[in-house]
Amino acid sequence: MSTPLEDEVLREQLERVWAHPTGWRGVLMAVDHKVIARRYIATAFVFFFLAGALALLMRLQLSRPESGLIGPDRYNQLFSMHGTTMMFLFAVPVMEAVAVYLVPLMCGARNICFPRLNAYGYWVYLFGGIMIWVAFALNIGPETGWFSYVPLAGPEFSPGKRTDFWAQMVTFTEVAALAVAVQLVAQILKQRAPGMTLSRMPLFLWAMLVTAFMVIFAMPAVMVATTFLISDRLVGTQFYNPAEGGDPLLWQHLFWFFGHPEVYIIFIPALGMVSQIVATFSRRTILAYPAMVLALLANGLLAFGLWVHHMFATGLPRLGNSFYTSASMMIAIPSGLQIFAWIATIWDGKPRFRTPLLFVIGFIVIFVLGGLTGVMLASVPLDLQVHDTYFVVAHFHYVLIGGAVFPLFGAVYYWFPKITGRMLDERAGAWNFWTFFIGFNVTFFPMHMLGILGMPRRIYTYKAGLGWDGWNLVASLGSALIAISMLIFVVNILVSARRGKIAGGNPWEASSLEWATASPPPVYNFLRTPVVTGREPLWEGDDLPVMSGLGDTRRETLCVTIVEAEPDVRQKSAPPTIWPLLAALATTALFIGSIFHEWAVVWGAIPVAITLCGWFWPGRPTRRAVKAETSLEERAA
Amino acid sequence: MIRRLLALTPAFALTGCGGAQSVLDPASDQAASVFGVWTLMLWICGIMYALVLAFLALAIWRARRGLAGPPLAEGQKSPADRPLLRWLTGWVGLVVAGLLVLTFGSFLVDRQLAMADQRNALTVRITGYQWWWRVEYDDPVPSRRFVTANELHLPVDRPVRLELEAGDVIHSFWVPNLSGKQDLIPGRTNRLLVTPRRIGQFRGQCAEFCGLQHAWMALDVTVEPQTTFAAWAEAQRRAPPAPATAQAVHGRDVFVGAACNSCHQVVGQPAQGQTGPDLTHLASRRSLAAGARPYSRTALDEWLKNPQALKPGNHMPLVKMRPEERAALVAYLDTLK
Repeated sequence: MSTPLEDEVLREQLERVWAHPTGWRGVLMAVDHKVIARRYIATAFVFFFLAGALALLMRLQLSRPESGLIGPDRYNQLFSMHGTTMMFLFAVPVMEAVAVYLVPLMCGARNICFPRLNAYGYWVYLFGGIMIWVAFALNIGPETGWFSYVPLAGPEFSPGKRTDFWAQMVTFTEVAALAVAVQLVAQILKQRAPGMTLSRMPLFLWAMLVTAFMVIFAMPAVMVATTFLISDRLVGTQFYNPAEGGDPLLWQHLFWFFGHPEVYIIFIPALGMVSQIVATFSRRTILAYPAMVLALLANGLLAFGLWVHHMFATGLPRLGNSFYTSASMMIAIPSGLQIFAWIATIWDGKPRFRTPLLFVIGFIVIFVLGGLTGVMLASVPLDLQVHDTYFVVAHFHYVLIGGAVFPLFGAVYYWFPKITGRMLDERAGAWNFWTFFIGFNVTFFPMHMLGILGMPRRIYTYKAGLGWDGWNLVASLGSALIAISMLIFVVNILVSARRGKIAGGNPWEASSLEWATASPPPVYNFLRTPVVTGREPLWEGDDLPVMSGLGDTRRETLCVTIVEAEPDVRQKSAPPTIWPLLAALATTALFIGSIFHEWAVVWGAIPVAITLCGWFWPGRPTRRAVKAETSLEERAA
Repeated sequence: MIRRLLALTPAFALTGCGGAQSVLDPASDQAASVFGVWTLMLWICGIMYALVLAFLALAIWRARRGLAGPPLAEGQKSPADRPLLRWLTGWVGLVVAGLLVLTFGSFLVDRQLAMADQRNALTVRITGYQWWWRVEYDDPVPSRRFVTANELHLPVDRPVRLELEAGDVIHSFWVPNLSGKQDLIPGRTNRLLVTPRRIGQFRGQCAEFCGLQHAWMALDVTVEPQTTFAAWAEAQRRAPPAPATAQAVHGRDVFVGAACNSCHQVVGQPAQGQTGPDLTHLASRRSLAAGARPYSRTALDEWLKNPQALKPGNHMPLVKMRPEERAALVAYLDTLK
């Protein structure tokens, strides 16, 4: 046991070693995963609300037939920006951002693996997002949908620079997503707390591990696709031009090979969040942990085998289509298993119905319905009827809002105390939940009817008298209720961040390691590295054991063996620096320049190379560091 | 059997059966088969959903009875673990069984659609353009082929083979009452077989986003008795009557003399343009500008006054002419029956 005096000395020492610069320098040089993650989450939510505002405009336009409020050109930009922002700038980044905050804490680590790459990823994401929204504000935003099918998005039918900005924005966000994915894989596999064997990992870590691998395998496909598109548009290659031996279906294959896993990249982290919340509020370990892990892996694997169900109407061979039908239906098995296990956990637990659990229950009710319409869409004949109609719009909002945004809101209510040290208001939380839940169903359930009654997607207006008028009005009214709900959410966040009840280290009596430190956690996360002896470390009864031996005179993190999580080596963790920001600026210049001229790729590579050299230049050890190191070795000897 | 199930289907009762553009009102063999799949899906998925909700409600109700005590960690076994795991296995089995039924049902219907009888089939080539449909009726005798636009007449009870092509970007052919959709892709020919079984007027609409006027790219479909169809086809093959009144003659001159004929074709007149819809029998069609307005002289006049007002962004330019010229042009176009 350590004495309070020893603790105090260690705390001071760690604070000195892990201190980051203050003021503007601190803002620009930050490499602390918590600082980056807070920015990441806030930025993603800003994009979420912006894209939501676009959705409100679309619902306003569609609330009555032949409305002249918004013209086709503006409307096409609205839905293109809505989809693009929600998928590329909100959903994937926000899930990764939450992981950037939580994964190192759940692993009992001092900082995330590759902290500078982390900072770089955030800056690239931020600049890409700003670029596309500035373009949109200047009326050069994307106009061909978030999926940008060629030849409509090709040089002939989409002249100007609108589609190029879109394609380059994809490159930005994919670079950022890949950066985070690499960090998460390295962090989860190599930098867990000692004793946290693979079979003791919290389900959120499993979910993020699967997600990160999926990002690594799926994102390159879309980067290839958009690079082909840009080169078709800029330098006259003919990848997608059938007249010159190209093929418009190549785009669809590449895009959906990314696009389908993409929705699981959004959804699987949410499954991890749900598992954490259900276990905490049911006060019971999740039923059938091994089956849950296997289900996550199965989701991740199967997600790569069903992209063709987006292409049933393109006239591919029928037998081939049938294989994708089976694969698409199969993914309902692991998902169904997990749903059962969560409900069973609530059944057998001692649940407390706080806001996070409310959102999880809302998730189950909504997501299961979306999953079932997904099963319907897997059937080739039925899909050919409802494909590209509002039925599909209803389906994917049920699975994406129900399957990812509800758990995310639950997660915000659940982890907000950890991040800010204060609780969110429960009463406002209940209001937030019920308005969202009702507003969501009023908005999106009628869309099933609209699709069945023949209303296609992506139309800026529609003829009166086809039976669509009433349902559209209902949907538009529902969207207003969602807007109110979001307002409650924002007010709750802003007020509670200042005046909320003080949370303390573990307000929910949860079991995972992020709750074993103060709220908000100190810059070095844990005074001493925790040691894990079971799947629910904080519920194991006795005090959480800790280990010593990690250096306190320089930034150090612990690497462990992959399976058994035995301490392996001490790894130096990078200090704050300006280089990731400079590298991100150079990358941004290259990406934006290449929208306008192909030589920007060549000349733009020079500043990128220079900033990367600065980034990786081996720092000469300062005299103080040398002295500290020798004293450490003397002490060890 | 399907009829009886149909009456029981809740969504069906909710939305009513009407609709000239509805999946719920099948008027062909193909649409009826798909409707069967829909009904099967709705039942099985509905039951599964009810089971999940019931289990969730029970779990919440059980919890409301108030259970206290310390949290349960991994090492400690709950007495309910065993039965719950057994139930879990049963649930997964049920899911697998349901999915097997649905997969096989879907596969059988798909197979049935692929192997439908094509003897004596009529062939119609449909080409999608931004934002209208070119419809060409094929015939073994080349002189008996004819072209129309934005309308599709089909004889009842005779299979029709639709050959789908695209002139610019990807479009998608979709007449929900007759069949599922099929994309029109540049550089490819997709085929769709439809056997209409019920006489009526239906509406189709482009289902793949194709640019500014994707919303107004509709297709009027008429399924009619075989004799009516034959008469219609004969009329389509003939050139329209020559303009009789002085105003109509003036209008014809405007049509041929102004920019109209560089894009549009009227058989029997020196107007051979191919980039816009064929207008040979314009006045006999149900709607104007690919479903944007029902056909009428006033609608036609408004359309010509400014084509960009009704369908902003469409490829028809504003052709400047004096009001009396436009009136004459409308009078002429209205004779094209």
